[in-house]
Amino acid sequence: MSESDPSGAPAADTEVAPAAGSTDAGEFAIRVRDLCNAFGTHVVHENLDLDVRRGEILGVVGGSGTGKSVLMRAIIGLQIPESGSIEVLGQSITEARVDADISIRSRWGVLFQGGALFSTLSVGENVEVPLREFYPDIGDDLLAEIARYKVLLTGLSADAGAKFPSELSGGMRKRAGLARALALDPELLFLDEPTAGLDPIGAAAFDQLILGLQHTLGLTVFLITHDLDTLHEICDRVAVIADKRVIAVGTIPELLALDHPWIQEYFSGPRGRAAMAAHVADHGMADTAVSAERA
Amino acid sequence: MTQVPDFTLIPGETGDTLVFTGAMLVSTLGPLDRRLRTIATPIAHIDLAGITGIDTVGAWICCRISQETGATIVHADDAATRLIEALRQVDADSPMIAPSRLPVWLRVPDKVGEAVIGMAFGSVAVLSFVGQMILAAGGLLLHPARFRYRALVHQMELVGVNSLAIIGLMSFLVGIVIAQQGAEQLRQFGAEIYTVNLVGRISMRELGILMTAIMVAGRSGSAFAAEIGTMKLTEEVDAMRTIGVAPMEVLVLPRVMATVLMMPLLGVYAAVVAIIGGAFLSQFALGIPFFSFLLRIREVVPIHDVWVAVVKGPVFGLIVALAGCYQGMQVRDNSEEVGKRTTAAVVLAIFTVIVLDAFFAVFFTEINWG
Repeated sequence: MSESDPSGAPAADTEVAPAAGSTDAGEFAIRVRDLCNAFGTHVVHENLDLDVRRGEILGVVGGSGTGKSVLMRAIIGLQIPESGSIEVLGQSITEARVDADISIRSRWGVLFQGGALFSTLSVGENVEVPLREFYPDIGDDLLAEIARYKVLLTGLSADAGAKFPSELSGGMRKRAGLARALALDPELLFLDEPTAGLDPIGAAAFDQLILGLQHTLGLTVFLITHDLDTLHEICDRVAVIADKRVIAVGTIPELLALDHPWIQEYFSGPRGRAAMAAHVADHGMADTAVSAERA
Repeated sequence: MTQVPDFTLIPGETGDTLVFTGAMLVSTLGPLDRRLRTIATPIAHIDLAGITGIDTVGAWICCRISQETGATIVHADDAATRLIEALRQVDADSPMIAPSRLPVWLRVPDKVGEAVIGMAFGSVAVLSFVGQMILAAGGLLLHPARFRYRALVHQMELVGVNSLAIIGLMSFLVGIVIAQQGAEQLRQFGAEIYTVNLVGRISMRELGILMTAIMVAGRSGSAFAAEIGTMKLTEEVDAMRTIGVAPMEVLVLPRVMATVLMMPLLGVYAAVVAIIGGAFLSQFALGIPFFSFLLRIREVVPIHDVWVAVVKGPVFGLIVALAGCYQGMQVRDNSEEVGKRTTAAVVLAIFTVIVLDAFFAVFFTEINWG
């Protein structure tokens, strides 16, 4: 697609993506201001504001159909908003069409809900696709090595790399999708319901995997989830989408302090209490207090 | 802050020290890695004091060299240590991942063998598909209430009504071409009036139904394969089975029946439009009045030509619809398969229709419908 396009492969001595975790454009990885999204007459977002700090894991929650995925698609430039501004890693998404500006796309990785693996390529080749696209000067040996350790890093076995997506289970497909999302060593990771459809053991392992990767690679993570355990376990802050905008952002104790009926029902319902109890039993109250302090 | 990464080798007592400088990032390491692979001297230490940045690719290269040569990594900062540690942990002695692909000289016989075996099993599979369809049709005869009239009518609209315009246009133009080219040749004998016989008989007996079958194969046969194939991929077909709805009854039979019913109608329609096209040209180019042309058609085209078209129509329709539905049901695994199967459906349908048409031509002449 962009192989003939010189901007697709930044020359080694000019502009290069900074190392993971560096801070070159302020404190925020994502800034969304006055975002309005609509499909025909159906308004999804109205004057939505959201900030994602660098290096944090932000959980995004909201009822079904409140536009969590639409927000993610707008941030990564797949959904063109009616109005508003979106800035990712210091670059405006809304002003420059993402199609025209490719360099920003080498700095984020996206895991779609179903994995969205290319079905005609093996898992290893799926991981190689973004590398080949952006950095054609990487040799075949190194490409294969990178694909191999990325696949291993996401907890798959090495022989899974030779398999095709149709031969994988749902959980393995998510891991493979994550391996592809991590292919370019992105600073920013978008995850759309990564633990949905996984068994509790697999989901917990996936949570730990994301947490571990975030610590090691210094990632900023934008995480859409309905999994209360995930929210308690790995999210630094949680953003709640309701009434077409983000009604609150904060740690779970902070959100609980707010007197909003939906938030109360979400976190204090039977499932919410169970997840909270499990979290407190695992880590003690101290941890919750620390995360409150950090926010 | 970003610099092109580079390395220098400083000789030491136990081995060389590999000193890296610059940013060791995925975006910059491609050319460097090739040069690193050519180092032949033993390496004792890898010095990371001079680097300005590192990501997992940089860490992987350090990790790899350290594992291959037993070198120790020195002067790594926190981030680098963390990355290298993380990569050391995942890096078991697992084999390289690459799907096994045969070398070229083996790939050709492999493909040929696959095609031959595929053909053998394919014929059996087609037969069993036809058998399943007949069973499903028999089941419906016993329980007519289960029949999906609405699906049938919907498919008849898609296959028949919606293709009237394109088939009409195609036939009209073909009629004009036959009349024009035919008249050109017949003029040499002073027999231009036989243009009527030519257009009338060839349209009714052969071209009307044959062109229609080719058009329906391209329009509807391909659509059947793609629709059913996509439904297979998204597990809709499996969902139907679990609900107790037989895909044969819901997906295949309405499509096959609709095509079988619509094909003779479309074929006769195409023949009539082609004759009108011929008459239209004759009026302007040959001086035969439009209605004289049509009246003459009644005298020169025997009624059994119409029966030929009406007999061939349902058979061709059956072949086109079966090819589409069968190929659609064979789709598995990935989206590329949908495209392949759709192509196969159209090619198979058109090929079979033309072969059968040759048999029909001989057969009808033998029974004196010539």
